[in-house]
Amino acid sequence: METYALLLAATLNAGTVLAIAGLGLLVNERAGVVNLGAEGMMLVAAIAGFATAVHTGSDWLAFGAGAVAGAVMAAAFGLLVIWLNTNQYATGLALSLFGNGFSAFVGIGYVQEHLATRPHFAVPLLGDLPFVGPALFRQHPMVYLAVVLAVALTWFLYRSRAGLVLRAVGESPESAQALGYPVRRIRLLAVVCGGALCGVAGAYLSVIYTPLWVEDMVSGKGWIALALTTFATWRPMRVLLGAYLFGGVTMLQFHLQAEGVALSSQLLTMLPYLATIGVLVLISRNPAWIRANMPASLGKPFFPGG
Amino acid sequence: MTTSTRRNVLRGTALGSIALAAALAGCSKKEEAAPAAPSTSAAAAPASAASGPLKVAFVYIGPVGDHGWSFAHDNGRKALEKELGAQVQTTAVEKVPESADAERVFRDLAAQGNTLIFGTSFGYMEPMVKAAADNKGVHFEHATGYKTADNLRTYDSRTYEGAYMAGVVAGGMTKSNVIGVVGSVPIPEVIRNIDSYTLGAQSVNPKVKVRVVWVNEWFNPPKETEGAQSLIDGGADVLLQNTDSSAVLQTAEKNGKYAFGWDSDMSAIGPKAHLASAAINWAPYYVKAAKEAIDGTWKTGKSWWGVKEGAIDLVSISDKVPADLKARVDQVKAGLKDGSFSIWKGPIKDNTGKEVLKDGQVADDAFLGGIKFFVAGVDAPVPGAK
Repeated sequence: METYALLLAATLNAGTVLAIAGLGLLVNERAGVVNLGAEGMMLVAAIAGFATAVHTGSDWLAFGAGAVAGAVMAAAFGLLVIWLNTNQYATGLALSLFGNGFSAFVGIGYVQEHLATRPHFAVPLLGDLPFVGPALFRQHPMVYLAVVLAVALTWFLYRSRAGLVLRAVGESPESAQALGYPVRRIRLLAVVCGGALCGVAGAYLSVIYTPLWVEDMVSGKGWIALALTTFATWRPMRVLLGAYLFGGVTMLQFHLQAEGVALSSQLLTMLPYLATIGVLVLISRNPAWIRANMPASLGKPFFPGG
Repeated sequence: MTTSTRRNVLRGTALGSIALAAALAGCSKKEEAAPAAPSTSAAAAPASAASGPLKVAFVYIGPVGDHGWSFAHDNGRKALEKELGAQVQTTAVEKVPESADAERVFRDLAAQGNTLIFGTSFGYMEPMVKAAADNKGVHFEHATGYKTADNLRTYDSRTYEGAYMAGVVAGGMTKSNVIGVVGSVPIPEVIRNIDSYTLGAQSVNPKVKVRVVWVNEWFNPPKETEGAQSLIDGGADVLLQNTDSSAVLQTAEKNGKYAFGWDSDMSAIGPKAHLASAAINWAPYYVKAAKEAIDGTWKTGKSWWGVKEGAIDLVSISDKVPADLKARVDQVKAGLKDGSFSIWKGPIKDNTGKEVLKDGQVADDAFLGGIKFFVAGVDAPVPGAK
């Protein structure tokens, strides 16, 4: 029983990095911009966050530094793809590779650093409950913030005026412009928000989740977050659930291995990606499904007045 | 239809080449020359007809900053420079992928006049075989490989001896009698280390059980963390890893459990969790190889150095380890040094109950090189085994 509670706890923790990054990417994809640079932004944010934590000792300042680092990289990406209309996919890949090299370069001096003992968290009273206590209420606050973020984003996208505008920009930038909205600035804002959230995710990874800095330490989590937005058909709550599902599969396969169960770990590891392809096949089958699920201008450049 | 397809193909190629260019640019290069030599030294390298220092090159799979495998090799390089001073001039190329690029790097280094080249990853085997065939005047040294040629030889460290000594400490320190290993890739070398760790633990604690999770990668800190967390959640209280980062040690530190450093001394990284480090010391081998290349006695062969030759050791044993356990480790170390003790001596059974070594039978290197089973006490199947 206790091990299942711990498995659930580890799943929530593993899903948090993916959820925050995935929700960030969802914001800019809802505005019609695909940013394949997630991995690079997370890496730069990871070193920025780690360095900040080393020098200031504050984890929250570290998350802030990660957010700023991610936002700055996303802003550079935004200027390129929104104003100069460079190809979003190529620019995103370049951003990712740049982030990989740049973070390694500035991080050289931090490889041997280590952070003070990581604090333990527990929600008072609830944390002492049997089963649900260790499963749900002994997590880092960021785990709960990810849930709050998903709920808030759902409200924002579907219940607020600003969210409606953001979606309009992603569906039909021409119409949004005709209505008088500054499409380019809205897209840039969305890209910067997405970068900032990817940054928080990167900093959480290097400061709390795997508290160390080594080159290339994000090891593909950024790419998984990108797959996640598609898997979730661009809905915030589905991104959250998908993140727990993806995180859960990883933890489950390790859990089974630790128990000595003879099950191919490689097979389980590839399941999330198979599921993503499955979702893509499903939603791409007819135009109504695509319209209902995918931002219509996703990945396409916008030429105002053109 | 055709044009759009071709355009897509072209775009794909363009992206591919961007990625490739960036990857190549990522291979940083470092050159460190020893201080200028007084050219009176009569022991100029006969291998290269010209006088001057012996040019030695190292090719690493990871960043030197991995704090593990490549870091240990780079420490060996630095020790070589210190020991032989102006007689050698070393170059290191890091982050070289195990692909066709590797062959280009080896050919490049040979063309630049390096006459002793160390390739420090298993996957460099074919590239090195090819590069060696075309550069007869250059001595190639391949770590962990098994193919040799007239100018290509192999060397390795008996890391399992370090794993055994770590096992002795783990067996004595565990309270739950469950210890864990985060494995990288299920190849004989890693399986042998897990087995030796188990044998070491059982030598002081017959009740101990070993659990294993595989990351299926050499270097993936988040996955290593997740694997370590699963082992801890499952009740393991002392962890070892056969992966290249310090993430497992960090995870143990965070959870108030114990762990070891692997490949390099990691005592600074998790001060509370760290029990000891199974550290490889490549320096003695690198110095020997360079000396042989300088005085022309370099011959092909296979070297597998262990505690005896100073190539592996359990270092920085924590004060938390009681004195009697430390004494036990010293006893093992002394036995391995003078040859009076063998780790792989029968009776040893695998974890399906089959006897693999008869009573009193000592495993030879061929047996050790092909270990594909877990010994009794490992609570896991070998991946892919029937």
